[in-house]
Amino acid sequence: MSQNSPVGVIGAGSFGTVVANLLAENSDVLLYARRPEVVAQINSEKQSAGYALHPRVRATNNAEDMVSRCLVLFPIVASSGFRETMRSFSAFLRPYHIVIHGTKGLDALPSSSGPITRKQIKTMSEVIREETVAVRIGCLAGPNLAHELGEGQPAATVVASRFDEVIQTGQRLLRNNLFQVYGSDDLIGIELCGILKNIIAIASGTLSGLSLGENARALLISRGLLEMITIGKALGGNTEAFMGVAGVGDLVATCSSTHSRNYTVGYRLAQGETLEQVIQDMEEVAEGVNTTRIVKQLADYHQIPTPITRMLYRMLFEDLPAQRALEGLMKIPLGEGEDVNVL
Amino acid sequence: MNNRTTQSSKSRKYEPILPKRKEWPVVQLSRQRKQFIHEVAQNSISKLQEVAPAVDLLVDELETTLYKEKYRIKENPWVVDPDDDYAFWSSVKKQLVEISNLQNDNHDQEAEQQAQLLLEEIVTRYANEIASNFRPSYYQFARTVVTFGFARLLNASRVKGLGSLFSNQYSLQDKIKITGEIDHLRNLAQHGTIVMVPTHFSNLDSILIGWVINELGLPPFIYGAGLNLFNIGIFSYFMNSLGAYKVDRRKKNAIYIETLKAYSSLAMQWGIHSLFFPGGTRSRSGRIEDKLKLGLLGTAMEAQRIDYIRSQETGEPAEKIFVFPVVLNYHFVLEAPSLIREHLRREGQERYYIEADEYSQSAKIVKFLLKFFRKGSDISVSIGRGMDLLGNYVDDEGHSLDKQDRPISMREYFCTGEKITRDEQRESEYTQMLGEAILREYYRINQVFSSHLVAFVAFELIQKQHSSLDLFNLLRLPEEDLIIPYSLFREHCERVRQQVFELHQQDKVDIADHLSKPIDEVIDHGLSNVGMYHSRRPLIKNKAGNIETPDINTLYYYHNRLLGYNLHRIIHHQEKSLVSVAE
Repeated sequence: MSQNSPVGVIGAGSFGTVVANLLAENSDVLLYARRPEVVAQINSEKQSAGYALHPRVRATNNAEDMVSRCLVLFPIVASSGFRETMRSFSAFLRPYHIVIHGTKGLDALPSSSGPITRKQIKTMSEVIREETVAVRIGCLAGPNLAHELGEGQPAATVVASRFDEVIQTGQRLLRNNLFQVYGSDDLIGIELCGILKNIIAIASGTLSGLSLGENARALLISRGLLEMITIGKALGGNTEAFMGVAGVGDLVATCSSTHSRNYTVGYRLAQGETLEQVIQDMEEVAEGVNTTRIVKQLADYHQIPTPITRMLYRMLFEDLPAQRALEGLMKIPLGEGEDVNVL
Repeated sequence: MNNRTTQSSKSRKYEPILPKRKEWPVVQLSRQRKQFIHEVAQNSISKLQEVAPAVDLLVDELETTLYKEKYRIKENPWVVDPDDDYAFWSSVKKQLVEISNLQNDNHDQEAEQQAQLLLEEIVTRYANEIASNFRPSYYQFARTVVTFGFARLLNASRVKGLGSLFSNQYSLQDKIKITGEIDHLRNLAQHGTIVMVPTHFSNLDSILIGWVINELGLPPFIYGAGLNLFNIGIFSYFMNSLGAYKVDRRKKNAIYIETLKAYSSLAMQWGIHSLFFPGGTRSRSGRIEDKLKLGLLGTAMEAQRIDYIRSQETGEPAEKIFVFPVVLNYHFVLEAPSLIREHLRREGQERYYIEADEYSQSAKIVKFLLKFFRKGSDISVSIGRGMDLLGNYVDDEGHSLDKQDRPISMREYFCTGEKITRDEQRESEYTQMLGEAILREYYRINQVFSSHLVAFVAFELIQKQHSSLDLFNLLRLPEEDLIIPYSLFREHCERVRQQVFELHQQDKVDIADHLSKPIDEVIDHGLSNVGMYHSRRPLIKNKAGNIETPDINTLYYYHNRLLGYNLHRIIHHQEKSLVSVAE
């Protein structure tokens, strides 16, 4: 195994496929999918999740072989299946592996609606650490809308890790003329950026669903950023992370894109559909739904002011009509959930 | 993992694992002392050259060191300082002037040569200063004094009559219980190099742990002891003979620190078991360490990597390093009143002022020892499970295990692919992870004593009663406001104890045997033991049977011992529900 060994991507969803294509600009890539028929299909049709595959990408469902051949792995699977996936890889992973995930969700026990503590939830890097012997762990976050990357439009991302070598490796593997890769040592902060922005993205979809304009969206984005920072700090991130590409950058992109899954959830709810209906005909998970639930429970325990998350929670899980949720937000007295000193 | 059997040292005698003194690694070290010091000096010089590759940087470093050392000599001289301290640094000053003259005259090469020589001179001096003076015969003698002497004293004070001086009715083992992973430790001491990392509450810790190591049949460890302890004659004698090397916390210059690290690292590379207190100094607040000084732990990381590289080159198997967290549990800490005062002064600054202080200072070590043996105050030493340098537990053969008990190759942590690479940033992250693992183990093996329980509950109740006051105003409350009705006290002791039992079930804390007795007995035991030899007791039962607090500062100190388990929620939680009922 050397620096020229192939790079592994775990998860052949749309973002996983796009990242595999990006990596293929610099290396051979093994793309892991769990189901053999999916692997066969990808390899015969040369496309995955609707994107044409780079010729240097090859799909596989042999985890052991892939892990033994790759030094660097990019797990990009939904947060709900993340722990399970890591468990199935843990027998093969070794202490020298570098694992950079691209999953923007939280791991929590699927339990009650009561308050939960920070200790009861895990970010994906914490799940990797718990389930495997890998320690050189990082994450990938930024304004990386899959379809734009798929079209080869210019963009940037952040690789965050406590280890310099992980950041440098991520940069070396991902960087190309159209793709800029920044580094950060605030792993938790950058993970939280990607996670929390999904809440605001749902709210942004709701605004569009209510046919509201850009004033409302700008209000949402700025207040939403503040809420993200408040939550992020309570959970162990730093403000700086939220002011960068992975924070405000990703937030603006996701809130403005009609293609994002989270945005679509909000949009269709505002149009009067129920959450069940929406989820039923989505191919991939909208992470923001689960995140809203968990963050609301966390905020209950740690007493963090989170007006947007709270309203969204009632809209998603307590059938509060979108219009009422919006009115509720606009009625929040100034001073409540208001903390001008944060920024 | 929870079901691992742990054992108590009681009624067991541990045979030495290396009966022949000649085989003790530390004896090898003292035989090759000169060679060792030379290697230490060379290693730290090459490290310093990496930090300051250019002559200008080196001269800067030397000048800073000189400045700091002169300041130390003037402002903070100690008895142990060598007589030629002043003369030495004056000569350094002269040489630095010469070097700067050479530089001004553009004789750069000569300047560099001279600077290198000067650096070597200073490093060698430091290395000699740090080095231990272990002598096997001294060790033997000190060991005899500690074990037999103390045992004799103990019997003389407990069993009446002159003949009792030679009675064996009581032994030190009755007073000091060693629990936990004893056989595991003895096993691993034969499979690799041990780094023992105890919590630090009292100056007596060093001697106590020295006794424990001997008691368990382990060869002597070397350990870093604060140079300040060498100011005290009796300590100095014991420390030297137990193999202590000297750590001078006044010297904060890079050259000294590199030399110290090189010393520790090389000792581990030579396979010598070592011990240091990763908390750095004694816990001021009375709380178990919640943050560690990572410098010396980092030297273990380096030693391990160097050993793997050597093994890769020579083909010989690498010597693995095992870390053993140890918690020392006391009912009574001799220095508690002064430690907590220092803690409060640091925390509170102007908000904390010392009121007329008529006690403390009087306690003398010997007096304490006499009391200790006459009246008894149990001490327990909990030995944690061995871990590798990433904090993974290891089995009895020394294999690192993951959470599913699958073996892990420790070597691969230092690899990029299959090759070992040196990456200091990586290793400093590893060291931090190891530190976190050690802390977790501390809290897991910490033994809750009756005295910790009563102190914790009493202080929390007082705090709850005066929830509007901040800590510093709380500590100034008059004594008459500090009385707790016994029934209330008892109820909360029971409640906190139940929570402690629950944590124990979850393998998150350990408990002393006496904690399981009926609650009134536990409370009485706790009250009579908590800070028992202080001239003002932290907690007593008054004539009416209620709980009084003659000294809230030391109460606070002993209370802090149970911080970190979220136990205060049990007491505060109820208060909240009272408020909501009122609403």
